[in-house]
Amino acid sequence: MPKAKLPRKSTNIDMTAMCDVAFLLLTFFMLATKFKPEEPVVVTTPSSISEIPLPDNDIMLLTVDKKGRIFFSIDNKIKRKELIESVNDDRKLGLTEQDINRFAIGPSIGIPFNRLKSFLSMPPDEQAEVNVTAPGVPVDTSVLSPDNELAQWIKSARYTNPKLRICIKADGEAAYPHVKKIINTLEGYKIFKFNLITNMKAAPPGTAAFEERQKMASAE
Amino acid sequence: MAEMDTSSSGGHKKGPGVKKGKKLSTRVDLTPMVDLGFLLITFFMFTTTLAKPKTMEINMPYKDKNLQEEEKNKLKASVAMTVLLSKNHRVYYYEGLADNPEQNPDLKVTGFKPKDGIRDAIIRKKKAVDAMKRAGTLTAKDNMTVLIKPDTTSTYSDLVNMLDEMSINDVKVYAIIDISDVEQGYIKDTEAASGL
Repeated sequence: MPKAKLPRKSTNIDMTAMCDVAFLLLTFFMLATKFKPEEPVVVTTPSSISEIPLPDNDIMLLTVDKKGRIFFSIDNKIKRKELIESVNDDRKLGLTEQDINRFAIGPSIGIPFNRLKSFLSMPPDEQAEVNVTAPGVPVDTSVLSPDNELAQWIKSARYTNPKLRICIKADGEAAYPHVKKIINTLEGYKIFKFNLITNMKAAPPGTAAFEERQKMASAE
Repeated sequence: MAEMDTSSSGGHKKGPGVKKGKKLSTRVDLTPMVDLGFLLITFFMFTTTLAKPKTMEINMPYKDKNLQEEEKNKLKASVAMTVLLSKNHRVYYYEGLADNPEQNPDLKVTGFKPKDGIRDAIIRKKKAVDAMKRAGTLTAKDNMTVLIKPDTTSTYSDLVNMLDEMSINDVKVYAIIDISDVEQGYIKDTEAASGL
């Protein structure tokens, strides 16, 4: 039997459809993306089953790294400027207009007041280098202590923006006393409600929270 | 799709004197463009933070130096459970208030493990409190209360894990309290006794 001759087909594939898909996805990611905020230190947060998302604005972020160094930041540029102006007045830091503007657009602060002026006069890449060895914002158990510089930051920040939510982002390996000092400082200002930033994990099966989630899921 | 019809098929016929232009294919190879597209997608996928970090909300007990002794809530010994967080993610717990100075509370050692860990202890205590409510020895107002006392050697992850256990096991009333010297002594005694 003679073989049936198959007609030769071109191996050229029309890429147009694929190109469309690629650029559609690209557009989606470009619009949905929110760049990771610049972090002064690497922090691995512990996990919890909590599902409350972090609010978008009005956040005061207190980052605590493994060694217990504290970095302070708030989100809004305008508020940052107001904050540094009020801190400058309170602590007589003698910052120039340029330093103030640098602070407004700059990253988290993890440096005592006496080094703040020289820190702010550095270019951003040098600041990042300093942050590696920076001692963190000094803190104490009492808000009244003049060494408790974190208390000054919190007080001034809450004065510029009373709606601020306080979020603590601490490394899982940080020793408890460091976190306790922050909590004591917050309590000193009668702040008893704050947020701890955690990673998400699933509720373990067979527990009360797991059953609650199951009920919620089946109700939907 | 990608190519445009440039051949003049179906169009009018050109006159005999008109020279036919060379037909160039307008088909563009889109492969590099697709490559570029996917490269950029990959870039955006890696830099993006789609998953927002989650937060845990905690309320600390109201603290005021001027608070009068009688204004404070009195805790019933039968609903209380004290959890001490110590080094190496070790967890010690005892039930009751340990207000009898003559007798040390029965301190048990455990950890954050799926079996026989602190979770099972909490569930057991919760069941016991529920049973007492049914029996009428406790009123409906009484809730199981967990007192979390991290010592200086514990880490932040211990605290978060413990707070997480509270939400996992639906414990409504809990508080983070400073550890006392007496309780640090209990931990030392238990450590010595069990040779840890």
